[in-house]
Amino acid sequence: MTDVVATNQTILVVGGGISGMTAALEAAECGKDVILIEKKPSLGGRVAQLYKYFPKMCHPTCGMEINLRRIKANQKIRILTMAEVTEITGDSGNYSVNLTISPRYVTENCTSCAACGDAVETEFDDEHNYGLKKRKGAYLPFLMAYPQQYVIDPRLIGTADADKAKSVCKYDAINLEMQEETLTLNVGAIIWATGWKPFDANKIQAYGYDRIPNVITSVELERMMDPTGPTGGKILRPSDGKEAKDIAFIQCAGSRDRNYLKHCSRICCTATLKHTTYVREQYGDEGKSTIYYIDIRAIDRFEDLYHKTKADKTVSFLKSKVANITQDKTTANPILHGVNTEGYQRYTNAHELVVLAIGMEPSVDFKQLGVNLSINEHGFIENDPSNGGMFGAGVATDALDVNRAVQSATASALRAIQVVNQVATAEG
Amino acid sequence: MSEQYRNNFLREVEANVEEGEWVKRCMQCGVCSGSCPLGPHWEHPPQELFMMIRAGKRDEVLKSSSMWMCTSCYNCIARCPRELPITHIMHGLAHYAERLGLAPKNQQTNKFAQRFWNNLSKTGRVNELKLTLSFYFMNGFMAGVKMSLNMQKVGLGMLLSKRLNPFEILGGHGCKDSKGLQAILKKAREIEDAKIAKFQG
Repeated sequence: MTDVVATNQTILVVGGGISGMTAALEAAECGKDVILIEKKPSLGGRVAQLYKYFPKMCHPTCGMEINLRRIKANQKIRILTMAEVTEITGDSGNYSVNLTISPRYVTENCTSCAACGDAVETEFDDEHNYGLKKRKGAYLPFLMAYPQQYVIDPRLIGTADADKAKSVCKYDAINLEMQEETLTLNVGAIIWATGWKPFDANKIQAYGYDRIPNVITSVELERMMDPTGPTGGKILRPSDGKEAKDIAFIQCAGSRDRNYLKHCSRICCTATLKHTTYVREQYGDEGKSTIYYIDIRAIDRFEDLYHKTKADKTVSFLKSKVANITQDKTTANPILHGVNTEGYQRYTNAHELVVLAIGMEPSVDFKQLGVNLSINEHGFIENDPSNGGMFGAGVATDALDVNRAVQSATASALRAIQVVNQVATAEG
Repeated sequence: MSEQYRNNFLREVEANVEEGEWVKRCMQCGVCSGSCPLGPHWEHPPQELFMMIRAGKRDEVLKSSSMWMCTSCYNCIARCPRELPITHIMHGLAHYAERLGLAPKNQQTNKFAQRFWNNLSKTGRVNELKLTLSFYFMNGFMAGVKMSLNMQKVGLGMLLSKRLNPFEILGGHGCKDSKGLQAILKKAREIEDAKIAKFQG
């Protein structure tokens, strides 16, 4: 049984991405007891899946590492991974939260020596790489995963591979008998830092993501750039594995479109500007980036990045929402069709690779979860007094970049602290 | 404040063109123009027409043959990120231009549309035989004979399968109260004329 002590002066943070980690740390560093739960086997969230993130083009290995060190140094934070909320009852200052904790099959004895991963042969799609590569059935989610503990895929349980993994473990860290646990916590305030997921590109039929191999999404490009990623840090075409030097970036793929997501996802323009720096990093003057856009929304100080990108001779901007994409059968090049709205010329442009700057949507459907939160028409949490002691943080509240998500998380920590302070005062 | 940016022509379109009130909501992304299968044959694609309306280019828009090129494939409506009823606006513009007598005279779609309307409004029902013949002979007697001969087989087939009634040539069927229909159409025209007059001089 997982041993967790919680009182109604405890703050529960749901989601272990950059926002959840920040909210948990800010509250804990103010002396509050915090329980941070994460659905996946490791903290890190979407930021850990990026190659670099703006404004300062940090590698997550640097930017996230600071937060991990703070967490390790803090006694006030209790982390539960592979944990999900199933039910919430009660009110501000006194919530009762039911959790389900999925079995990891690996105990804290694990030293991540990799012996089990080497022994196991069965492979599955690697979630961390959006299925672009395979991983073993016994695996470390990614290099800087926290906790640094292996996981055994539940699909492996009952197979000979699972026994093989157990037999090679020198530290007796594998327990194949582990069961799903349920847990009820009493907490005073809840911070929802449940983040986002990329919009399903298959829904944008005209862009052919489901049928043209060389149409990929921006999050997949991030994985390709990672030296430990599916292509070893190179931008390779899925169709033939050749380097793609002439890349088209399509903005508002799913965003600002009443057929898909009504809202502007806010980060995609800047993310694409950042991606042109990836192309330059790979190929120097040899690369070619073309940005198809409705209008560039590089918010506030990212305007500077926009001007820098405009000055780059390898980058060109074409003002047009691409109408549709077809494929050249001989070269497998995607062909973009549309009209340049600056001058109204029709174009039929072939590129080696197309990257859809995919929109952000909330990762959790709160209505389906049955949590009584004020949710806006886009599915994000509204800050509303009727939410009581529950607060949204980061991208659960709106489409935000890392900088703003962290600000939002800090604000939510402050709000949650006020709730548990009131509880403390009332209880004397 | 925002009123001063809405020129007279935009107001006129909003008031008198079917679905015209949507024009100001276009965000000029160009997806309609890029999606139009007849796009290369238009002088001005839809999103350019919308911009021209907002720029007050009344004559250029209404005298254009562009909106007459629309085949109602609905690609633009399906893809428009702001759900503008673009197809309907194109037909609305075409109709409005025709009402004002500004539409290009020898435009084939216009010629056929006029024949269709004349045929339909007479009795309240489409007389397909007369409409077909008037369409065949639209561009002169010889062209009509040639087209009729070309379509001979289809015509015969329709006759045999009772899809075409040859006696329709003698007047044909109509709705129950064609006088009432004429009164409705007359009244509608009066209302439209009054709306049009507001923007004349």
